[in-house]
Amino acid sequence: MNIIVCVKRVPDSESRIAKAADNASIDTQGAKFVLNPYDEYAVEEALKLKEGAGAGSVTVMTLGGDESKETLRTALAMGADQAVLLKGEPSVDGLGTAEKLAEAIKGREYDLIVFGKQAIDNDNLQVPVMVAELLGVPCANVVVQLEIDGRTATAHREVEGGHEILEFGLPAVVAAQKGLNEPRYASLKGIMQAKKKPLEEIEVGDAESRLEILEVTYPPEPTAGEIVGEGADAVPELVRKLREEAKVI
Amino acid sequence: MSVLAFAEQRGGAVRQVAFETLTAGRGLADSLGVELVAVLVGPPALSSEAAGLGKYGADRVIFAGSESFEEYAPEGYTDAVAKAAGQTGAKAILFPASAQGRDLSPRVAARLGAGLATDVTQVSVENGRIVAVRPAYGGKVLFKVGFKAEPALLSLRPRAVAAAESPRDAQVTTLELDQPRELTKVSTATGEQKERPDVAEAEIIVAGGRGVGGPEHWALLEELADALGPGTALGASRAVVDAGWRPHGEQVGQTGKVVAPPLYFAVGISGAIQHLAGMRTARCIVAVNKDAEAPIFKVADYGIVGDLFEVVPRLSEEIRKLRSQE
Repeated sequence: MNIIVCVKRVPDSESRIAKAADNASIDTQGAKFVLNPYDEYAVEEALKLKEGAGAGSVTVMTLGGDESKETLRTALAMGADQAVLLKGEPSVDGLGTAEKLAEAIKGREYDLIVFGKQAIDNDNLQVPVMVAELLGVPCANVVVQLEIDGRTATAHREVEGGHEILEFGLPAVVAAQKGLNEPRYASLKGIMQAKKKPLEEIEVGDAESRLEILEVTYPPEPTAGEIVGEGADAVPELVRKLREEAKVI
Repeated sequence: MSVLAFAEQRGGAVRQVAFETLTAGRGLADSLGVELVAVLVGPPALSSEAAGLGKYGADRVIFAGSESFEEYAPEGYTDAVAKAAGQTGAKAILFPASAQGRDLSPRVAARLGAGLATDVTQVSVENGRIVAVRPAYGGKVLFKVGFKAEPALLSLRPRAVAAAESPRDAQVTTLELDQPRELTKVSTATGEQKERPDVAEAEIIVAGGRGVGGPEHWALLEELADALGPGTALGASRAVVDAGWRPHGEQVGQTGKVVAPPLYFAVGISGAIQHLAGMRTARCIVAVNKDAEAPIFKVADYGIVGDLFEVVPRLSEEIRKLRSQE
């Protein structure tokens, strides 16, 4: 089973995010960068599927600059076989990035393309389905359970209040949600081996952005309200305030 | 020329998010001086619901009915919306940022080669150009974005826009479809539909953190949610989900759902930065925590410092009392 996993380098979720001096971009100085958390589920799922099939390869791919090599090495250390760095800038919206990925994937042999359901920087949730649409293959999005039997796949995806079950043929795109699996940690041996695994670099140019960021602002700083009181005795006063002041119950 | 609004339905019922999408679409259509066209996709029997979309401001409705649209059909829906966009010369296409809308909108964007802004909380027209505000980095920042070309595609965060009636007589036309593409067969998992709304769409959220002490104590939160009424969802912090106490569908925060309900109860949640990013835009936040120094009190409108095992049951009781007087 040949699997391509598309990943992204993003600031860790604990990082504070500041706007840059131009007020229209993010200042990433001081942010700690990691493999996008949802992509860990994608890498894990690919490794599990390959191990289950007993044959094949896992290729991890990203669109980004030289600094993204570190992210690819993280996935290689988890167990991916090889990496591809598409050198160029991702787009503001998802489509430009999806076009670069789809173009790079088109000439390759694959049974499955796996993504994390979203990158936690731009939170676009667009690229996986767009890649599927551009390649003309099926896609299961926000997947919490995946079974593959020969050339047929069954996926459970999260919807409001329950799950949908999707059945589709391979090749296909799958986007992983938290809960799909428990991502493994890279072993020391894995980290050592990752340095020697092939990492191909291809110049693809910057992705086209159909959107532009005009301004970055911070959400209104919630002002600390009041401590109504201590313990259960404060409850009647709280309920009164919710009803009469805030008018929310 | 038009603004096109995708009117989401599931299981033959038009969903609340459809009315929110239409309301936002009405405002945008007025600003642009074009008509608002609703597009409704579903099984043939759904056509009876089409004219009713005029209530929320649709000037006319395009209905795309097919036996194969009994359930969400990703490729077929994409074709239908893309075709409706072409027919009406859409300057903008609005979707809800629901599970369905988040799957469909990028497909349509890819098909039309158009830009898509996800999870939009505000949309307006500035100097003739459509601009949108959307949170990024899990809600830590807001991006104001402009579209470089039309159509502009937007998915609207549920509850960001309140549905408002703006009744008119909407003409219904039927969209002729070729044999729908079907690469993906969708069915609804049975036996697990929850009675409570999804955390992303709820009016009230009762969220629990590590302070609740274990999954066995969630009955306390359930009781409070029941007292508050049927629009109430349960939420959870990341720590609680990572510990396996609650399903990840309930997680609020940067690696869970970003929510903006009118009322949010944070029970036994200390308030890690990635949790605060996901719920700080709730209109009213109530925190119950035994640690008076917990960061959650810095964003809470109202707080009670105390033992949640005493405070929460009392809260349920007082709210039940209030509800019974109504």
